Amino acid sequence: MNDSSTDIEKAVLKEYEYGFVTNIEADAAPKGLSEDIIRFISAKKNEPEWMLEWRLKAYNHWLKMEEPDWANVKYPRVNYQDVIYYSAPKQKKKVGSLDEIDPELRETFEKLGISLDEQKRLSGVAVDAVIDSVSIGTTFKAQLAEQGIIFCSMSEAIQEHPDLVRKYLSSVVPVTDNFFSALNSAVFTDGSFCYIPEGVHCPMELSTYFRINAENTGQFERTLIVAEAGSYVSYLEGCTAPMRDENQLHAAVVEIVAMEKAEVKYSTVQNWYPGDKNGNGGIYNFVTKRGICKGDNSKISWTQVETGSAVTWKYPSVILKGDNSVGEFYSVAVTNNYQQADTGTKMMHIGKNTKSRIVSKGISAGHSNNSYRGLVQVSKNAANARNFSQCDSLLLGDKCGAHTFPYIEVKNNTAVVEHEATTSKIGEDQLFYCNQRGIDTETAVALIINGFAKEVMNQLPMEFAVEAQKLLAISLEGSVG
Amino acid sequence: MLTISNLHAGIEDKKILKGLNLEIKAGEVHAIMGPNGAGKSTLASVLAGRQDYEVTEGSVEFLGKELLDLAPEERAGEGLFLGFQYPVEIPGLSTTNFIKTAVNEIRKYRGQDTLDAVAFLKLMKEKMALMNIDQTLLSRSLNEGFSGGEKKRNEIFQMAMIDPKLAILDETDSGLDIDAIRIVSNGVNKLRSKDNAVLLITHYQRLLDYIVPDFVHVLYNGRIVKSGTKELALELEEKGYDFIKNEINEDEEVSIAEKH
Repeated sequence: MNDSSTDIEKAVLKEYEYGFVTNIEADAAPKGLSEDIIRFISAKKNEPEWMLEWRLKAYNHWLKMEEPDWANVKYPRVNYQDVIYYSAPKQKKKVGSLDEIDPELRETFEKLGISLDEQKRLSGVAVDAVIDSVSIGTTFKAQLAEQGIIFCSMSEAIQEHPDLVRKYLSSVVPVTDNFFSALNSAVFTDGSFCYIPEGVHCPMELSTYFRINAENTGQFERTLIVAEAGSYVSYLEGCTAPMRDENQLHAAVVEIVAMEKAEVKYSTVQNWYPGDKNGNGGIYNFVTKRGICKGDNSKISWTQVETGSAVTWKYPSVILKGDNSVGEFYSVAVTNNYQQADTGTKMMHIGKNTKSRIVSKGISAGHSNNSYRGLVQVSKNAANARNFSQCDSLLLGDKCGAHTFPYIEVKNNTAVVEHEATTSKIGEDQLFYCNQRGIDTETAVALIINGFAKEVMNQLPMEFAVEAQKLLAISLEGSVG
Repeated sequence: MLTISNLHAGIEDKKILKGLNLEIKAGEVHAIMGPNGAGKSTLASVLAGRQDYEVTEGSVEFLGKELLDLAPEERAGEGLFLGFQYPVEIPGLSTTNFIKTAVNEIRKYRGQDTLDAVAFLKLMKEKMALMNIDQTLLSRSLNEGFSGGEKKRNEIFQMAMIDPKLAILDETDSGLDIDAIRIVSNGVNKLRSKDNAVLLITHYQRLLDYIVPDFVHVLYNGRIVKSGTKELALELEEKGYDFIKNEINEDEEVSIAEKH
């Protein structure tokens, strides 16, 4: 019996595959955070004065804020003066087209399974590739532009589309929203900007691939998606980082605006380096993601597969302002070894007949802790609001923890709010049954967890569902016994 | 095909099998009967390699290999199949996907090419017709919400897909009504051949009306105490297990007397 529980553990522990470092010279800011550093970043990016002002305001506000400690995670406090806030790979010359990208960088992304050659790319997916603090290239830009779709790096958007950026930046996540969003606003370096014009159905998946490479560097990306009336876009974000002994900081802000009848589907496959099996190193992933269903009949759907990071603090949320708008949150969070995740969502019902659906699947193994934290809020005028939440936890082994913190605040008595929760363990009986059919324990665990997470995996775009399934199996490898 | 010699096994400190001997040849159907607690299901579990059980003595040779040295999935690869008394549920995993994985893992073990989707589907259609099983059952999550009869039919269907050398069916008839027993038995009978063997474990004689065994063994107190043909099963049905118990007690008294 004991032997078999170590099998479960074995089946859930595999080496992190993306832990390599690219040897490329970087152009970096000195360590630490001050007004000067912010001026340095802004100058590096050749930003207009309004942007610098905006950053400085955020910085001064951040100075007065305190790091939140309500999440169910424990980590030594980050020394914010010990982080490098800007690091860009030095490219030999200014890149005019994708073909001119430094071969080293191109190779880095090839190794990660992301080809920057447009003709080689999966058809139907456009990619913006961000390494450390800067975007190194965006594919299929010209093709998208034909339909009026803007898909570019945030730095470029600030230069080329300042009116749109000024109008929508921090319109969903105010600078002062929280400690990490204020920090991000002060120092964000790059990210993606998407604008889908009225009535346009974006013909391909848009995706951003984030890679942290340089040492001691934090990544602070900022993504803004604006979907005009009647438009549709599906967006995917992926992340990896090298294996390093020290913890690295990733504090992103993502904002989505959906106008009348617009639909935005945002999927994340988060595979930041989780630290080694003793809990050394790994990424601190402190992220604020929020969307607003601004127009009537609009819809925002978050899907996340979270397998990486040492500590995750993340609650993709939807403000359901328009009448009949719909918010969805589908999540699979896997924690292994000493990983800690506190993740969930907020659904804020403001408009009438608004609906939200939350499906959260937590899988914990090793000594890890996995918490779901969710808030469903129905305001006074949100007549006939509906919410359904389902939180399932699967435990592998007996040293890990699963926690559920559902908060419900209802101020309108026509609301219907449902919450269901289950906790289960992978049983010896299930494993033996699979073994008897010729399936080894490792494969059996993969089958069982993918079955457990199926409802969420089904929400992912086809191209990524297979990858995500493999990723689930890999991050749990060695944890079954 | 299978030779069990002097098998002793138990769980934790409890001894259950106490020197069991049994030989099964290709083409044969054996039935093991016995009262509750005799060790019937333990025998099935030990042969399939369930880890909770500890073998303390004896050997089991299966197709020229020492079965007890192999991991459960290797035993499956060698051609041993266990039809479970209580098939487990795996939510979210479709029955088809599960069977496809099983079939291909076993093929890999044997060094055969795995079946692609088309070849697998063809095999499945063929066996579905043979077993009279329909598609909706196979698209559902493995055993989740299945009735008792559906679970057992699914076991026999898996057996048909995997095509084992030796199938051990542990109380396949338990909890089934007469119609379900007939369906399951028909399935087993269709799969009988001169190259494979079946070991039926059952509490009641009624299953043997449908699957006629070549040999019937009575398992009592961890050992096979009586073997015979189908008639033995009928005798048991008529007289109950007590007649075996009395016979054994008499034998033991005789042997004790002889020693003195």
